[in-house]
Amino acid sequence: MKLYTKDHEWVVIDGDVATFGITDHAQGQLGDIVFVEVPEVGRRLDKGGEAAVVESVKAASEVYAPLAGEVIEANTKLADDPGLVNLEPETGGWFAKLKIEAGADTSDLMDQAAYEAFVASL
Amino acid sequence: MTTDATLRTPLYDAHVALGGRMVPFAGYDMPVQYPAGILAEHTWTREHAGLFDVSHMGQAFLVGPDHATTAAALEALIPAAILELAPGRQRYSQLTNADGGILDDLMVSRPTDAPDGTLFLVVNAACKDADYAHIAANLPAGVELRPVEDRALLALQGPEAEAVMVALGAPVAAMKFMDTAPLTLAGSEVHVSRSGYTGEDGFEISVASADAVRLWDALLTDARVKPIGLGARDSLRLEGGLCLYGHDIDTTTSPVEGALEWSIQKRRRLDGGFPGAARVQAELANGPTRRRVGLRLDGRQPAREGAEIADKQGRIVGRVTSGGFGPTLQAPVAMGLVETASAAPGTELDVLVRGKALPARVATLPFVPAGFRR
Repeated sequence: MKLYTKDHEWVVIDGDVATFGITDHAQGQLGDIVFVEVPEVGRRLDKGGEAAVVESVKAASEVYAPLAGEVIEANTKLADDPGLVNLEPETGGWFAKLKIEAGADTSDLMDQAAYEAFVASL
Repeated sequence: MTTDATLRTPLYDAHVALGGRMVPFAGYDMPVQYPAGILAEHTWTREHAGLFDVSHMGQAFLVGPDHATTAAALEALIPAAILELAPGRQRYSQLTNADGGILDDLMVSRPTDAPDGTLFLVVNAACKDADYAHIAANLPAGVELRPVEDRALLALQGPEAEAVMVALGAPVAAMKFMDTAPLTLAGSEVHVSRSGYTGEDGFEISVASADAVRLWDALLTDARVKPIGLGARDSLRLEGGLCLYGHDIDTTTSPVEGALEWSIQKRRRLDGGFPGAARVQAELANGPTRRRVGLRLDGRQPAREGAEIADKQGRIVGRVTSGGFGPTLQAPVAMGLVETASAAPGTELDVLVRGKALPARVATLPFVPAGFRR
C-alpha cells in the first residue's frame, strides 16, 4: 500500500515495515539534490516529526516522517549519490525503513489519486 | 507566486517560453533556473557560455560638466579612485555610509561615447531606489544622476563568450577585463563591459529594452550559449568568491572587513574623503576586528547563511554569510565573517549545522580560479 503526505513524502507499508522517501513532485521542486541526511538506525521517529534533510544547490529542506516508528534501515547509498533522489525518487532514492506499530493511523495520508489531485491543486 | 507589485524585465516572456521557473527576486519575477537545472547550467557556464538576464539591476548615468567634477562628486560617496579612471575603463566600488558600512556595491565606468563628465553606474536591483535617492541627495550643483529605465542588461559568461561575441560581429577580442566599449552586436547598438559575476571571462551587455528580445534570441542561436538562471548565478559567484550584497556585505560591514580593500586605490586610502573614511583608514592601518573569508568544508553537507562558525575550542568566532554546494568543486563551500584571529588561510574551524560541528578550514578566495582576461 503506497500513500502520500501533504508534505510530499511517500510511504509504502508492507506489514509492519514502512519505507519512505520524497515524491517525484518534491524532487522536481527542489531541483538538483547535493546532500541527504538520513536518520540513524535505531532512532525513533514521531509521525510528522523531522526525519531527514535534503539539500539542493539552493536550499535545505526538512523531510518529515509519514508515520511513527523506529528506523530499522537507512539508505546509505544517498550519502555518496544524493542525485539518486532526483533520478529515482520513489524507488532507489528511498530514505529509510521504519518498524511501525500495528494499526498505525493512516487516515490523514492520501492514496495516489488523491495525491495527484492535491499536486494539481497547488 | 507573483504579486501585483512584481516587475518584469523585457525578457520575461522569453524566460517563460524557455521553461524558466520564475520566482520573485528583488521585486522582479526572474528565472531561478531553466529545465536543465542549476548544476547543468553552472557547469555549462564554466565550460561554454551562459546567458543571463540581469535587467533587474540598476543602470544610471552620472552627468556633470567635466570628468574632474563628476569624478569628485562620486568620490565623495565611494572609496574608489575615479578621477584617474580612463575612458573605456570600469572599476568596482561600494557606496559607504558615515560609519564605513556598505550601502551597496556597484560598477563605475567612464564611457568613451558620451560627453566628458559622464560616468555610468550599475547597482544592485534590491538597492537601486535607495542608492539613487542617496546619490541624488549628495550631489553638488551641476552634477545630476539620470537613472536609465529603458535599457536591459544581459551577461554572457564563460570561456566561449568571446568567440560568441565575435561571431555576432562585436570586435571584443582586444578588450581586457574591466574594459568597456560601445559596440554593434548582432545588429543592436550595445554598451559592453568585459566583466561579470561568475568568476569566468565574459561580458555584460547594456541594450535598449526594445532590442533586448532580439539580442537575447540572437545570442541563443549560437549552440555554445544556453540560458542560465539566478540559481547558477549564485553558485557561480560563490565559487568565484564574489560578494552578494545584503549577505556577505551590508551596512554593518566595512570594505576592509569585506576583504575589498583591493578596490580602494592608494590615493583614496591616504586622503580619505568618502563616508566612513576614518574607520576604513583605521582598519587598513590596524586590521579589522573581523574579516570575510572563504571556507572549505569536509564531506558533502553544505552550510547555509546564518550558520555559526566556532574555533576548535568551541568558541563562536563568526557566522556564514553565503554557503552552498559548489558544483565545479563538487564540495560544499561558504563565505563567512570571522574574528581576525581566525581568518588566516588554513585555520581549522567548525561550522555548526543543525547541532553538528562540520570541520572546515579557511581557504583563499576565489575557490575556483578566475578566468578573467587581464
